[in-house]
Amino acid sequence: MRTPAARRNVVSGLLFGLGVIAFLDEVVFHQLLHWHHFYDGSTTAAGLVSDGLFHAFSWFATIAGLFLFADLRRRHELRRRLWAGAGLIGAGAFQLYDGLVQHKLLGLHQIRYDVDLLPYDIGWNITAVLLMVAGAVLLFRGRSARDSLENDA
Amino acid sequence: MHEHGGFLLEAALFLPALVAVAAYLFSAASPRIAGGWPKRRSACFILGAITAVSTFAGPFASLSHQDFAANVGAHLLAGMVAPLFLVMSRPITLALRTLEVLPARRLSALLKSKPARVLSDPSVAAVLNVGGMWVMYRTDLYQGMQDSALIHWLVMGHVLAAGYLFTAAMVGRDPAPHRPNHGYRCAVLVAAIAAHNVLAKSLYAMPPARVPIGEAETGGQLMYYAGGTVELALIILLWHQWYRTGARKVPAAVVRSSSTGPAA
Repeated sequence: MRTPAARRNVVSGLLFGLGVIAFLDEVVFHQLLHWHHFYDGSTTAAGLVSDGLFHAFSWFATIAGLFLFADLRRRHELRRRLWAGAGLIGAGAFQLYDGLVQHKLLGLHQIRYDVDLLPYDIGWNITAVLLMVAGAVLLFRGRSARDSLENDA
Repeated sequence: MHEHGGFLLEAALFLPALVAVAAYLFSAASPRIAGGWPKRRSACFILGAITAVSTFAGPFASLSHQDFAANVGAHLLAGMVAPLFLVMSRPITLALRTLEVLPARRLSALLKSKPARVLSDPSVAAVLNVGGMWVMYRTDLYQGMQDSALIHWLVMGHVLAAGYLFTAAMVGRDPAPHRPNHGYRCAVLVAAIAAHNVLAKSLYAMPPARVPIGEAETGGQLMYYAGGTVELALIILLWHQWYRTGARKVPAAVVRSSSTGPAA
């Protein structure tokens, strides 16, 4: 990004999007639907480390993203499209990482058990790509000078 | 399973905590503090002392020998909750403001000393804290704690002290001559939380020797979720500190020009 302020918008949005999608994953699929498990027997050591690190980072990212957002607002540097675009990219990237690396490569856990996984996997990863595309479009538009004011959007 | 060493020995464990609380409250009432010492800090210190003592002696401490989940709970209280309360009570600030000049200078020199510098480094504090947990649950030390009251108290003392060091290195509000920068603290905090998560899940899957699987599962989840709550508080406090100190750096011109757009 061209200016430090624009870069701070992108960092804040990315962190927040990444954190929130991980939080939603935890609440919706682990706690509400019980589709995922706290731990399933097939988990490898590498899987546990990856999971632990991402869980830690997702909480951290949500809070960090929000404090950076508050800082942008008080400095009147918030650029909403840039921020939201980065947020969607962060969310999509986490979802794609979760869907490809954690679910498939490391076999950490599956989306759901005792069902045909293919439609779930396809739905999961396509959603991730769509989020990233939408984010990229917003981000690209947000780069124009017209988005430079928070009052503008 | 060892018996805690009778009423007298247990009572002797309360004594240091009572002395500490009395000293804190006495200092807090000192006329040297202009405007008075905030009551919530005193409340934090008392809560911290009670939390810490409850894990060393009394019914909860006894239960923590019989039940693995209670054992995990005791370590969460001694290593995370009590240190957070104690750090928030700002005991060093209180001491520096109320001590005579000479002892205050000595304390200040102690804080600036090399050992203090090493111990208060976030990485060192994190290894002492989370690393200690790994050693405790993953070696024979865990069994040793069940067999000997002395080992148990020594380990609990380490957990409390290392927990304090870590919490102070992350979110301490006391004057710290070597306070490391924000990014470094962030990186260490994420790594420490991750290590804690991994240990919690591994205890769930592979219980320590002689721990029933049901208790290990409850203990592992308690460590993960209850520990996670305290970790969330640490993240918020760390970033809140960043936000507050950054507030001084917002140029007044930016604040004033809020209606006319961003300053160049």
